[in-house]
Amino acid sequence: MDPNHMISASATSGSDFGGSVFAHVVQAPEDPILGVTVAYNKDPSPVKLNLGVGAYRTEEGKPLVLNVVRRAEQLLVNDRSRVKEYLPIVGLAEFNKLSAKLMFGADSPAIQERRVTTVQCLSGTGSLRVGAEFLARHHHQRTIYIPQPTWGNHGKIFTLAGLSVKTYRYYDPATRGLNFQGLLEDLSLAPSGAIVLLHACAHNPTGVDPTLQQWEQIRQLIRSKGLLPFFDSAYQGFASGSLDADAQSVRMFVADGGECLAAQSYAKNMGLYGERVGALSIVCKTADVASRVESQVKLVIRPMFSNPPIHGASIVAIILKNRDMYNEWTVELKAMADRIISMRQQLFDALRARGTPGDWSHIIKQIGMFTFTGLNTAQVAFMTKEYHVYMTSDGRISMAGLSSKTVPHLADAIHAAVTRAI
Amino acid sequence: MAFRTGISRRMMIRSGFGLRSMSSWWGSVEPAAKDPILGVTEAFLADPSPDKVNVGVGAYRDDNGKPVVLECVREAERRIAGRLNMEYLPMGGSVNMVEETLKLAYGENSEFIKDKRIAAVQALSGTGACRLFADFQKRFRPDSQIYIPVPTWANHHNIWRDAQVPQRTFHYYHPETKGLDFASLMDDVKNAPNGSFFLLHACAHNPTGVDPSEEQWKEISYQFKVKGHFAFFDMAYQGFASGDPERDAKSIKIFLEDGHLIGIAQSYAKNMGLYGQRVGCLSLLCEDEKQAVAVKSQLQQIARPMYSNPPVHGALIVSTILGDPELKKLWLKEVKVMADRIIGMRTALRENLEKLGSPLSWEHITNQIGMFCYSGLTPEQVDRMTNEFHIYMTRNGRISMAGITTGNVTYLANAIHEVTKSA
Repeated sequence: MDPNHMISASATSGSDFGGSVFAHVVQAPEDPILGVTVAYNKDPSPVKLNLGVGAYRTEEGKPLVLNVVRRAEQLLVNDRSRVKEYLPIVGLAEFNKLSAKLMFGADSPAIQERRVTTVQCLSGTGSLRVGAEFLARHHHQRTIYIPQPTWGNHGKIFTLAGLSVKTYRYYDPATRGLNFQGLLEDLSLAPSGAIVLLHACAHNPTGVDPTLQQWEQIRQLIRSKGLLPFFDSAYQGFASGSLDADAQSVRMFVADGGECLAAQSYAKNMGLYGERVGALSIVCKTADVASRVESQVKLVIRPMFSNPPIHGASIVAIILKNRDMYNEWTVELKAMADRIISMRQQLFDALRARGTPGDWSHIIKQIGMFTFTGLNTAQVAFMTKEYHVYMTSDGRISMAGLSSKTVPHLADAIHAAVTRAI
Repeated sequence: MAFRTGISRRMMIRSGFGLRSMSSWWGSVEPAAKDPILGVTEAFLADPSPDKVNVGVGAYRDDNGKPVVLECVREAERRIAGRLNMEYLPMGGSVNMVEETLKLAYGENSEFIKDKRIAAVQALSGTGACRLFADFQKRFRPDSQIYIPVPTWANHHNIWRDAQVPQRTFHYYHPETKGLDFASLMDDVKNAPNGSFFLLHACAHNPTGVDPSEEQWKEISYQFKVKGHFAFFDMAYQGFASGDPERDAKSIKIFLEDGHLIGIAQSYAKNMGLYGQRVGCLSLLCEDEKQAVAVKSQLQQIARPMYSNPPVHGALIVSTILGDPELKKLWLKEVKVMADRIIGMRTALRENLEKLGSPLSWEHITNQIGMFCYSGLTPEQVDRMTNEFHIYMTRNGRISMAGITTGNVTYLANAIHEVTKSA
């Protein structure tokens, strides 16, 4: 080796020796939802309120680990026979079976006929991404219709998976309810085979859900047009307090014998947020198709993360298969749902007591973790600046972040924003 | 109006709004080929023979052939259970875990860490770290390709393919010597266009177990400087190869000293036995702090639509262990035990084969390093190993040393001798 060897800087490499090949990378904007918590954490005010991320909080404003989850964890820790081996690519088999039963009902013919393939994924996000990648590779129609508005991450997930994203009307700002006519019109125009993203319950961010009658009409339209439903079920049990009631929309579609996908998350309803536990189910026409589909889904997963994380799924499996623990879970779940429903009522009452102008009944009509207040970006900015209330700029508030103690502060902030802010 | 639940299928069909057709959307989906590596374990499990031996998957086994959970891990889990909450981690994962992980790769007192020049995020073990990098490479260097050694871990090809980064190969393994084809490797490095992206195994190359010597690494690093190439290290076996994590990171140290701005995928699957927890880290060394912040923010943009944020449990185990000097000491001891057992099995296997009077040279078994040995067995010989002796390995002749025990090494040596003695 010649120590005097001249190092040539090549024009083609785009970087001289010593320079980074990624020097041109610019800083990405903050995630709009997670950025709210970042801003909240920076605020020194003692009366600040975080109504950004949809993570459940107790009356004391603390995160909650369910008792039944703690018990399950202790069982895991104390079991010295447990090992940390790789799960199969599709994840923990027991977890997958139990998740399918939870979603589709224990007596679902689709499960009994082995027409459902269920794979463990990284919470709702991961289930949506894996499902979308599968569709982009194997479905003849690569367009997905998502509701307007929807969770901010949906569009990115589907685009990166290789699908092209269109929207269908959903929320009606005038009524702060469902734009049912617009929804039906837009889906009627979708080409045959197009994928339709449906929030199984507790629509995020609006909290506006179709009634069962409306779901039936949506189902008929989707089936007659030959569209493919893809359910995002992130709040089963969390919306109404009943696991079965919150799964009605999905089960209605499965009952007609047709195909669909469902992404399930245990982040909220079991409080397993950071453990990233979820499942993707694909309901197929026949068991043979389901088996082939599963083999192809594995090819999506292997180069993404090889196999899913074991801890959270083990906790879920213990709880779902043990009758006492399952019952204990349903009780704790209902308590969370009830507390949120109570917060809705309290906020509504507080605004009425202040004589805040406007109709605020949507607060108690909407369902689930979030309320789409109808406040505009200027009003939201005002509330953040003057009252240290943090929410996403679309006016969405996480009811889980409220407590009886903080409802008055929020009501004051809303009242001020509506009467004073432009 | 009450709506009856439990709507029957027949009612749906009769209503005329049920099914548009009886055929599936995915009727034409082909069954996918089984994963070559994981398929071996499936076949092993299905085999009823009492003599069966699994030297397929690279997961550590003790001398009784049992999986191991390290004591330091058990202790960490005891401390973690019953903790305050299971909240979402940030998109970039556990800051503590990442900090400790960077120290392992870049050095305990690394100036790069102090100067905050490293963009790093928690990833889903080694696979996830490679995939994040591949997606990042595609997004920000869309005209680049990745040079991958021949052979390599099969999933590397899948990862960069799914990220849509075109692949090239470079010479690595020399079948004749069962060692490194250094001359051809260097030729490929020189002939690649300036500024090419290379995937390098930091230590304990998978599947061959063949690593460059320190001198050879220095030459590779020098040539990379000449050509302005980008080095991406996959380090899945730090500590596991020699028993000394610092020694196993030598290749990286050489590149850092030479001023390269490298990328590293790190995994705790093997060296902490955290396989199914999926804990790893992707890091990119940048010119300065500002660039590191920008790059990290972009890595997060790739993670968000893939899984939002990484799993917390495994990360907590790692940061608990590495953040406690006593636990860290225990970990280093346990890693050395694992590495030493494997080195011991290499010696035993080679000695057994030589004692049997094999006509072939088995030096490579002890020359190679890490979990795997590239035995040199042909696919046909591998099939005989499986069909006649119930010994399971991948058809490229790769043997997972971790699957060998004092109990089965003689049986294994006999089988290898049988299928190769007339070669």
